[in-house]
Amino acid sequence: MEAFTTHTGIGVPLRQSNVDTDQIIPAVYLKRITRTGFEDALFAAWRKDESFILNQAPFNAGSVLVAGPDFGTGSSREHAVWALKDYGFKAVLSSRFADIFRGNSGKQGLLAAQVAQDDIELIWKVLENHPGTEIKVDLVSKTVECGNVVAPFEIDDYTRWRLLEGLDDIGLTLQHEEDITAYEATRPSFKPKTLPAKVDAL
Amino acid sequence: MGKTLAEKVWDAHVVRKGEGEGANAQPDLLFIDLHLVHEVTSPQAFEGLRLAGRPLRRVDLTIATEDHNTPTLDIDKPIADLTSRTQIEALRANCKEFGVRLHSLGDKEQGIVHVVGPQLGLTQPGMTVVCGDSHTSTHGAFGALAMGIGTSEVEHVMATQTLSLKPFKTMAINVEGTLRPGVTAKDIILAVIAKIGTGGGQGYVLEYRGSAIRALSMDARMTICNMSIEAGARAGMVAPDQTTYDYMRGRPHAPEGADWDAAVEYWNTLNTDVDATFDVEVDLDADTLEPFVTWGTNPGQGVSLSAKVPSPEDFGDENAKAAAERALQYMGLEAGTPMKDIRVDTVFLGSCTNSRIEDLRVAADIIRGREKDPNIRMLVVPGSARVRLEAEAEGLDKVFKDFGAEWRFAGCSMCLGMNPDQLEPGERCASTSNRNFEGRQGKGGRTHLVSPVVAAATAVRGTLSSPSDLESAAAGTLTGTAV
Repeated sequence: MEAFTTHTGIGVPLRQSNVDTDQIIPAVYLKRITRTGFEDALFAAWRKDESFILNQAPFNAGSVLVAGPDFGTGSSREHAVWALKDYGFKAVLSSRFADIFRGNSGKQGLLAAQVAQDDIELIWKVLENHPGTEIKVDLVSKTVECGNVVAPFEIDDYTRWRLLEGLDDIGLTLQHEEDITAYEATRPSFKPKTLPAKVDAL
Repeated sequence: MGKTLAEKVWDAHVVRKGEGEGANAQPDLLFIDLHLVHEVTSPQAFEGLRLAGRPLRRVDLTIATEDHNTPTLDIDKPIADLTSRTQIEALRANCKEFGVRLHSLGDKEQGIVHVVGPQLGLTQPGMTVVCGDSHTSTHGAFGALAMGIGTSEVEHVMATQTLSLKPFKTMAINVEGTLRPGVTAKDIILAVIAKIGTGGGQGYVLEYRGSAIRALSMDARMTICNMSIEAGARAGMVAPDQTTYDYMRGRPHAPEGADWDAAVEYWNTLNTDVDATFDVEVDLDADTLEPFVTWGTNPGQGVSLSAKVPSPEDFGDENAKAAAERALQYMGLEAGTPMKDIRVDTVFLGSCTNSRIEDLRVAADIIRGREKDPNIRMLVVPGSARVRLEAEAEGLDKVFKDFGAEWRFAGCSMCLGMNPDQLEPGERCASTSNRNFEGRQGKGGRTHLVSPVVAAATAVRGTLSSPSDLESAAAGTLTGTAV
């Protein structure tokens, strides 16, 4: 994973709450078996509407999405994060993220920055009054800066550390493989195994 | 101090405690007892293993099936949609390469992954269960800690059989009282979501408790835990009891002999201690609960079926008001319209929420001897090939077919429309599934989430209806079984 320290890019105001993962990427796009190439799928249904924010310059070149509360609800599809990244987004700002979406973002180097709703409202106004305003997202100081608005954001320390260092989760865990092996040795015999396969006769 | 059920299961799976305390603590490393795999969220994870040259650590704790993309008609023919077929073929090739047990389309154990795990007896109390699917919360009905994960985590579990997780907070959902006839588990969970909101459970594990939950069957408990994610909670749980054990006993992978006794002894410890405290408690009165339906485009936008479509002005919060306005426009509804006046085009009985044998039975009980509204298209999609076989052995397929419903093969189907089962733009559906998001069931489709009995009554009347709205038909008496 690429390390993330700061990013500066055009902010995109998305004045909507409960942006669910079916809106971020409709299910029909989940049939691909690659990990990249999802840029066309991002907000696919909404982008058919010409007035949608990402169909307007300069927002179509945005890289910091500023959304309403409860962003990323619904499905566990990591494709939602891939689509945002493939489109060019580096960070999403919202006052509340769905748990699975936030976790997926952290794994993929997309910064999910939790910003108080009052600050989101201020940032929305700046972006709407001055389209093209850049937002600086600083993971070191945990702040976002947009015009005259400077706001703190929350992110858990562990995810922040991994993002700053660009660390791979599996590699980190496998450093503790001995602990896993030791745990496995203690599992009771009544716990089920999928193999050998057993099925009913019917 | 005592522990909650969720804390007990968590603690029993800690491979390595995260360093540090409180907000700065690193995540715990938890062992995963069962990893369920399907075609949509796994190809990139298998590819990751391949690229890194890593094996899949525990194939004996992993099982795969095909569900999201699979057609529900002509399943003996090649899948017509090329991208769907490619994804299914990728799963088959990956399972073969890595040695994963796979139940393919056409197999008697194929079906929606969350129906397959429990019916094989692979889901058991006190386990940790994960799957690249948010409705993995379903398995919490057994007192398991079960949650949906993203594809990076799928790869992590494949490589290590563990997950790095930060401890959750705990929330008790206390449901006391007795459900009235025609009121079901689906109505409980829709009412809970309407009460706490789609974000209310974020960061929590929910534990469903109280006399109304104890009275529910396993199929019904699965319906409730299934939709925990719709309240924002990654996991929901019900403490195991005799109902759980009766369901488990004799299933293909249930423990046997001395193992069964040892298992039950352990399972009996899996309940929240009397001196344990939850971070939050929420109460719901089962006695006064009515059938519940959604009017909007998120599962929290629900009301009693006897109520009217709300007005945006009913919401104090600006974001909720804006969301309601947008939802009413998308749904083509006017505030103040009685919910029961809403005419629907399609009824969908299926999905990991409501496609188990009891769901089919209660719906069949309502339509038996009655006539379908001629303008309604009704799809009945059993949750698994085995549920379909079981239903056919009971003659339920005949009841549905005589009624004029389409009797399909197992899969996720119209819940998310990844296969050909989709709504047309503007089409309105009474659906027993779990999400009423814009376009979820097909571009421009409009979804009302309902229980199986409301779905069945709606298919008879053509408008959103509860069983009590039906004139009594000779054979169509309601059993009153709480599902």
